[in-house]
Amino acid sequence: MHELSITQSLVDAVLDCTGDRTVTGVNLRIGRLSGVLPDALRFCFQLLAEGTPLAGADLRIDEPAGRATCHTCRQSFILPDTIPLCTCGSADVEITGGRELMLASVEVG
Amino acid sequence: MCATCGCGDDVGVRVSTGDGSGASPEPVLDHQHLHDGGRQQPHDHAHDGGHDHVHESGQAHSHAPVATIALEQSLLAKNDLLAARNRGWLEGRGIQAFNVMSSPGAGKTTLLVRTIEELGSRLNIAVIEGDQETSLDADRIRTAGRPAVQINTGAGCHLDADMLRRGLDALNPEQGSTLFIENVGNLVCPALFDLGETAKVVIISVTEGDDKPQKYPHMFMAADLVIINKSDLLPYVEFDVDQCLRQARQLNPRVEMLSVSATTGVGLDGWYDWLMKNANAPAVRAGAATLPDGVRV
Repeated sequence: MHELSITQSLVDAVLDCTGDRTVTGVNLRIGRLSGVLPDALRFCFQLLAEGTPLAGADLRIDEPAGRATCHTCRQSFILPDTIPLCTCGSADVEITGGRELMLASVEVG
Repeated sequence: MCATCGCGDDVGVRVSTGDGSGASPEPVLDHQHLHDGGRQQPHDHAHDGGHDHVHESGQAHSHAPVATIALEQSLLAKNDLLAARNRGWLEGRGIQAFNVMSSPGAGKTTLLVRTIEELGSRLNIAVIEGDQETSLDADRIRTAGRPAVQINTGAGCHLDADMLRRGLDALNPEQGSTLFIENVGNLVCPALFDLGETAKVVIISVTEGDDKPQKYPHMFMAADLVIINKSDLLPYVEFDVDQCLRQARQLNPRVEMLSVSATTGVGLDGWYDWLMKNANAPAVRAGAATLPDGVRV
């Protein structure tokens, strides 16, 4: 349940930036290969935002798909899970997207 | 507190050095990166922002315009910064640190105790133990003759860079030593948290099943070395070592792998060779088998 720690980092990072201003929206980018579950993060956010200027903020999570490039056949493709395997059979694959774990922006009132 | 798995914040994290009379772990400062600024305290902000519609009726919508602040920063930025600081601290002292991770019961402590017994004259070993509760593992390390600090994470399910820093402060490992960080038994959460270690070692035991790399890919993708432990039990369980190796390499082509039994000692030469290679071991310390007084913490 690493999402709790990560959400606390999120809340701290936002508050470091916004101080006492009321935060109305938080935009995240959580890649599908990042190992972090958006639902768990939302759950934790509700708990941790309570009593802070983030309480009630709209948490929006963009979930970019996993992407990879095959060094054997040179094609770029969507990676549905964490096992880096190209449809050509090659495992010589470089993951190029989907591991994002980013606080993109916040909206303050 | 997480209602999904019971994992909680780390207000309850304790670091114990085991010195003196073996007193119960002393409480440490509240985990400041989680609770700094008193933000959890009683609603001192909530009423400013939360109820503005009930203020003066004529000005109910006189809020400042919404402004978007672009941040574009990693959610792990704070941990990664602390990990980088740990890494510099360790490198500056010539200390090689190995983050040892596995599910509970895979044999981490058994492997470390045996390593201390058999390699203790060649490496100056110290250990930081991570568990939710008890100092049983640190006690085993101290019984084997090496300094150990126990970090109890309370409800937490992994060590993070801040906990390691506090463990390092308590342990104060010697220059040029080899530090093992035995993480909380968990194949999920520790994978995401850089501690500032030199390398990550993941242990899987044959009783767990050979499908673990597929089931817990993040851990095996993060590993520098995978050790398959309890190989002495292979005749009694259905565990295909080659299949496990294939799966792990599919996830992580550069990973090194070893099959050992920490109980019987089979295969441990490979582990010791790997350690000596990666520990960049200094020459044998004079009298290394016996710790000078006062080193044990």
